[in-house]
Amino acid sequence: MSAMWIATLVSSLICYLFKILGYTIPESFLANPRVQRINTLIPIVLLSSLVGVQTITNKSEIVFDQRVVGVAVAAIALKFKAPFPVVIFSAALTSAALYNWL
Amino acid sequence: MSLSKGQVLRDSLSVALPVGTYGIAFGAAAIANGFSVLQASLFSLLLFSGASQFAVVGVMGAGGSALSAITTGSLLGFRNGLYSMRMKPVLKVQGVRKLLAAQITIDESTGVAISQEPRGEAAMRFGFWATGIGVFIFWNLFTLLGALGAQALGNPSAWGLDAAVPAAFLGLVWPRLINKQSKLIAILATVIALLLTPISSAGVPIISTVLLAVLFGWKPKA
Repeated sequence: MSAMWIATLVSSLICYLFKILGYTIPESFLANPRVQRINTLIPIVLLSSLVGVQTITNKSEIVFDQRVVGVAVAAIALKFKAPFPVVIFSAALTSAALYNWL
Repeated sequence: MSLSKGQVLRDSLSVALPVGTYGIAFGAAAIANGFSVLQASLFSLLLFSGASQFAVVGVMGAGGSALSAITTGSLLGFRNGLYSMRMKPVLKVQGVRKLLAAQITIDESTGVAISQEPRGEAAMRFGFWATGIGVFIFWNLFTLLGALGAQALGNPSAWGLDAAVPAAFLGLVWPRLINKQSKLIAILATVIALLLTPISSAGVPIISTVLLAVLFGWKPKA
């Protein structure tokens, strides 16, 4: 089985197990305040680092290209409270324009 | 249908439809990162949690191992377990209904259910199911559309898909940056991941930032 398939199926299985876990185990277990605090921060660190890595790296190198401008435009759109599809579309449009015409 | 059920349904749909359409971005991201249309659809059917799905395809697309992709996606999926715990006493589900409720226990279904609290537990339950099922249907439909569309387009860079994926991550993290501490942590995580990129294998820089979450979350804020 390819790595792509393993990633697809195993991540799906683990994420489902987390979902069913909350309905199954005693409530006090996950209610620990420390678990709750760390859990609130996990999406912040993972999603932020993904923004950085996906925007200015390619393989193991730091690369500045059209993606940086695209993501900057997305940030501006978010600043002006644009809806999610507008954010994505403006980033894609900017990046594609630079890629095709520069 | 009673008046209050109609109101709950309207609340549910007003969340489910726009969120579901983001599936188009996921479908396109999956293809841009080398996954097939079938795999993109299976993610939305089986994993069904947006941030985790984007993370798995993003880490794999950046050249990460299956292990680092699975770890990142699973860490992001952990919060759904906390939502399940919150919904357990409200839904009181057993058997097959428990298995189904678990699959649709995500940000949106839990969020709408909690927002219905003033209307009572019956409204919370209805809001949970209506939102969860609504997001599931629209998310899967739009994932397929996005995947088929991206496959037809070809070179991801020519269509800006290489910027659309990090823009999606930015859009997902943005509403969570609610105070100075969260903004500081976000910047630190980005800097650390970038510093680690040239010296570690792909995926590791992202997972490493979880240490920051543990460090800052260990003690209550002073």
